[in-house]
Amino acid sequence: MVIGGGISGIQAALDIANSGYEVVLVERLPSIGGHMAQLSETFPTLDCSQCILTPRTVEVGHHEKIKLVTYSEVEEVRSQGDDLRVKVRRKPAYVDWERCTGCGLCQEKCPWRVTSDFERGIGERKVIYTLSPQAVPNKPVIDREHCVYFQKGGKCGACAKFCPVEAIDFQQKEEIWEEQVGAIVVATGYDLYPMERLSEYDGGHHPDVIDSLQFERLLSASGPTAGEIRRPSDGAVPKEVVFVQCAGSRDPERGVAYCSQICCMYTAKQALLYKHKVHEGQAYVFYIDIRAGGKGYEEFVQRAMEEERVLYLRGKVSKIFPQNSKVMVWGADTLSGKRVEIAADLVILATAILPSQGAWDLKEKLGIKIDESGFYEEAHPQVRPIESGVPGIYLAGAGQGPKDIPEAVAQGSAAAAKVLALFASEV
Amino acid sequence: MRHLYFPGCTLSTKAKGFAASGEASARALGIDLVELSQWNCCGATFPLAMDNLLALVAPTRILLNAQKEGDHLVALCSICYHVLKRTNRLLREEADKREKINLFIEEEYRGEVRVFHLLGLLRDEIGFETLSQRVQKRFQGLKVAPYYGCLLLRPFQEIGLDDPEEPRILDDFLASLGCEVVEFSHKTECCGSYLTMNSSEVTRELSHAILRSALASGAQAVVTSCPLCQFNLDYRQGEMAAHYPGFAQIPVLYFTQLLGIALGIESDTFGLADHHVDPRPLLREV
Repeated sequence: MVIGGGISGIQAALDIANSGYEVVLVERLPSIGGHMAQLSETFPTLDCSQCILTPRTVEVGHHEKIKLVTYSEVEEVRSQGDDLRVKVRRKPAYVDWERCTGCGLCQEKCPWRVTSDFERGIGERKVIYTLSPQAVPNKPVIDREHCVYFQKGGKCGACAKFCPVEAIDFQQKEEIWEEQVGAIVVATGYDLYPMERLSEYDGGHHPDVIDSLQFERLLSASGPTAGEIRRPSDGAVPKEVVFVQCAGSRDPERGVAYCSQICCMYTAKQALLYKHKVHEGQAYVFYIDIRAGGKGYEEFVQRAMEEERVLYLRGKVSKIFPQNSKVMVWGADTLSGKRVEIAADLVILATAILPSQGAWDLKEKLGIKIDESGFYEEAHPQVRPIESGVPGIYLAGAGQGPKDIPEAVAQGSAAAAKVLALFASEV
Repeated sequence: MRHLYFPGCTLSTKAKGFAASGEASARALGIDLVELSQWNCCGATFPLAMDNLLALVAPTRILLNAQKEGDHLVALCSICYHVLKRTNRLLREEADKREKINLFIEEEYRGEVRVFHLLGLLRDEIGFETLSQRVQKRFQGLKVAPYYGCLLLRPFQEIGLDDPEEPRILDDFLASLGCEVVEFSHKTECCGSYLTMNSSEVTRELSHAILRSALASGAQAVVTSCPLCQFNLDYRQGEMAAHYPGFAQIPVLYFTQLLGIALGIESDTFGLADHHVDPRPLLREV
């Protein structure tokens, strides 16, 4: 079983399945792809994220050896001999996915719009929805909390009226069943540090102070602005854009002590993409230092600085506050020793990477450990980085520590190799 | 309830109105502020050098005197509160420094006294909801900018009164008096503090930025709990008019002055006439 359908879990599932073993892939959300599905383009090659992800999600969706279980969570785990018995709970989608053809008519006809979590709150979705047009599986779920049928006692029901195959099932109940597996790969990924906790940056208050995943959605062709850079408050194209690195990271007093590892690179990428879209715009990046240790990474940052003329300022931002229609940014340029004040149109906070919210719960169920930062603890930090310490349970992806896509994929494959080695030894 | 009280130097000289309004208001709310029978200046700055222990002797002496007469001490002035609270924590938690100071003063004090700011008592002992019910004259429609400054809140690990980035205490206090509290960007920025002595132009600039931000938010008055902030924000307005064309003056009040008036206390002793920018026309208006 692979828990978590992000890129790391997908890689692990495919590698195991392609070796001939059955895989159950459990995903909390209605479809797989994880955060990678939210990204615009990827560093350092600027490959479109969806374009390199979709072949993999589709392969998972079609794979005869993979049982894809989305909208579901692990309820309970117990060991039985060499096997693990995992109780899985599936939330009711209120749509019969066996009947549903994924035609999308229900979403088109649903008259109700709400804020979308997938769009990080800066876009909308219907009350019956899939995460994205490329969703795998491409089957919708009904958001009961906002659905007029549920909340106003049977009024509406537009989706049911229009569904050509009568797949809408308002009576659907949650399902709980048990899977018997030989090994588990834990790949539950990450969340971002809540902006609300960065009150000195007006995070969570000011509509034009956004986090990096929100900016990915603005950059993304499938995002709420169809890839046009328009700031949330008034839809204007921002001409002065400030990126703040280490927003919450490397800040033991007010944030987390560790380095989130990926922010230097994605900030360079975001600043570069911004310049590609708004030629006359100015991008500023505040940084403590640049950590671009990776193949082609340093060259990429240099390209942002030199070719794209992104202005890098070495120093921390002390305060962000609104002034008229601008977002004032106070910071320091420690190279020139000067205070810097920028009247920005849009500010992007490279907020710290946190282990995903469910990690704490899941580690109890699995009996594995987490470290002082909240990430899953490996059996040995140097020589056993894939093992959880519990036999048959392996770690992959950002749940074990902040990492970028290539590393998450590599660890997914490594976890798969461990599982395959375990199975080979049992035969 | 009886509370030992440390007025400090400024409240006994330049800011008598702050003291008078604070004491009278507290009394009306059942907080009996009893002045410490013996006290000296707190030193008015907490030393920034790690080994400057001599500067802590003065506040230690105050705390020691307080211990002889009670178990806690209330201050009104942000600076006194800041110095006493931090000194007290250091004496409680840093054994080596405590030992040195105790050897020097030839007495034993281990940080037992608890230090309070009147705002803290109003929030935690009276409660702003109860306070709101006690108000006789509500400042309906008075737009005020709560100005915290630096020393009331920072460093959070040592002071712990409220979140230094997004404080609520003065906001909530003023709301309980019926004021309309405006949100303004400079509520925790520094006013320039002691630079008022030797670089008054720096203070003028910093204080002006604060007032400009308050005015831009529609405030009719700025409210503070620090006599030095009050001085810089109020008195320096004389020069601001000359330096910043179009600058509009704005009264700067102590939180206790508004509290006293709201509680229906006669404000003759509140020192309102001593302000550079006279707040009385505004107060009459509302």
